[in-house]
Amino acid sequence: MANITWKMEDGSEISAEVKDGLNLMEAATANNVPHIEGECGGCLSCATCHVFVDPEWFAKTGEIDDIEDTMLEMTDVEREDNSRLSCQIVASPALDGLVLHVPEPE
Amino acid sequence: MAAPIVIVGAGQAAASFISRHVALGSQQPVLLIGDEAHPPYQRPPLSKKYLLGELERERLFIRPLEWYADQAVELRFDTRVDAIDRELKKIVTADGDAIEYDKLLLCTGASARSLPADIGGTLDGVFTLRSIADIDKMSPQFQAGRKLLIVGGGYIGLEAAAISRQLGLEVTLLEMADRILQRVAAKETSNYFRDLHTGHGVDLRESVSLTRLQGEDGAVCAAELESGEVIDADLVLVGIGSSPNIELAQAAGLDCDNGVRVNEICQTSDPSIYAAGDCTSFVRNGQQIRLESVQNAADQGDLVARVLAGEAVTYTALPWFWSDQYDCKLQIVGLNQGHNKTVIRPGTDASSQSVWYYRDDELLAIDAMNEPKSYAFGRKIIEAGKHPTAAQVADPATDLKALAMS
Repeated sequence: MANITWKMEDGSEISAEVKDGLNLMEAATANNVPHIEGECGGCLSCATCHVFVDPEWFAKTGEIDDIEDTMLEMTDVEREDNSRLSCQIVASPALDGLVLHVPEPE
Repeated sequence: MAAPIVIVGAGQAAASFISRHVALGSQQPVLLIGDEAHPPYQRPPLSKKYLLGELERERLFIRPLEWYADQAVELRFDTRVDAIDRELKKIVTADGDAIEYDKLLLCTGASARSLPADIGGTLDGVFTLRSIADIDKMSPQFQAGRKLLIVGGGYIGLEAAAISRQLGLEVTLLEMADRILQRVAAKETSNYFRDLHTGHGVDLRESVSLTRLQGEDGAVCAAELESGEVIDADLVLVGIGSSPNIELAQAAGLDCDNGVRVNEICQTSDPSIYAAGDCTSFVRNGQQIRLESVQNAADQGDLVARVLAGEAVTYTALPWFWSDQYDCKLQIVGLNQGHNKTVIRPGTDASSQSVWYYRDDELLAIDAMNEPKSYAFGRKIIEAGKHPTAAQVADPATDLKALAMS
């Protein structure tokens, strides 16, 4: 289990206990986090689960592979150094306390 | 109290409608009626990870079951809707319940075509692939060493062939046309996937007609081809396309044309009735089309929620698709109908390339095989209405990102 917090641009927050092995796009849609859609189900084709990882957590979320790196170019809100597609981050005890910032498309 | 928005059909379009309806803070109650036993779920993984047994059923659900209750959405499963009474604005279920609607949203989807019974289409061991129930029926039988015959070389057949090879089945695939994917892709894309599948041991046969399936004690045992050849088969998967589920709409007198006809706001010929997803037929670039895709279902469902909330939006989304076979990720953007030229862009290695479809100098669509850059930047290029030259695209040194941003 990992406690994950999503912070919205308006200051609101959603926190949830996420089962190990679930990806954080699935966790976000299950917990009604706005702006996370995950249309392609996590197969790196839609770029609709973009998050900014809290900088102190970034390294712990794992490596960005080439496909994710390319798909991050397609996000609605432009990528930054701490951008991830949340379908590629998998919950584990190491991520307990993780904070994600949810970009809001115009 | 106002009558609810009633949704008939619990698939991707319905889920996307509800998600947007909730996100917009709309207060009007929603009743979702589905004829399966599950809340809306993702269909693409059915012919991939779910058939492989790598994904639990609950992870197919677009939203967990509890989520709907939390949003005050009422769900009715295993319920067929038999009729729409447009005068009284009511639907009638197979159980005889009459339910009033304020607005009705038809998300009835499509059904897999099957082979006629008189050529063996209803024998045991013959399957189609469209629903969780279909996979749950077939997957216990998909055991290593068994002989699987796949009828139809479209995406469903090819994806099932890939998973079945991974599971250790012997796979023969029959395509009636002179090449697989003939209806949906250029010959370069067909060639790529033919090589991929034959390289993984699929006995892939094109320009081959099936005469009938042969049975023994009610179960399929072989397939007889027009040439007279007989191919042994323990299992048969029929992947010969699908038909839109429009009976309900037709019986209610709504305009239909290989789908429920909708306008640019997904409204049918009855202003109180909308439709979204695989069941719809609509005009795009002057052509009447029907799309079977997650993108179309999700975007149309989303659009209807916005329209009902009073937003002035119209459906202009750019189509995109994907398919996973073995270690190949195919990503498609745009619609290639009407193309008269293709350009190959070589990839970074032998397993990667993209096919760019043009009508004269106009870029229409891209098939990207293990080429996410062609897909991602190509999508930006098409969205921006840019039309790079064939020479630019064919040159691997061309920086697609720069083209997209220029």
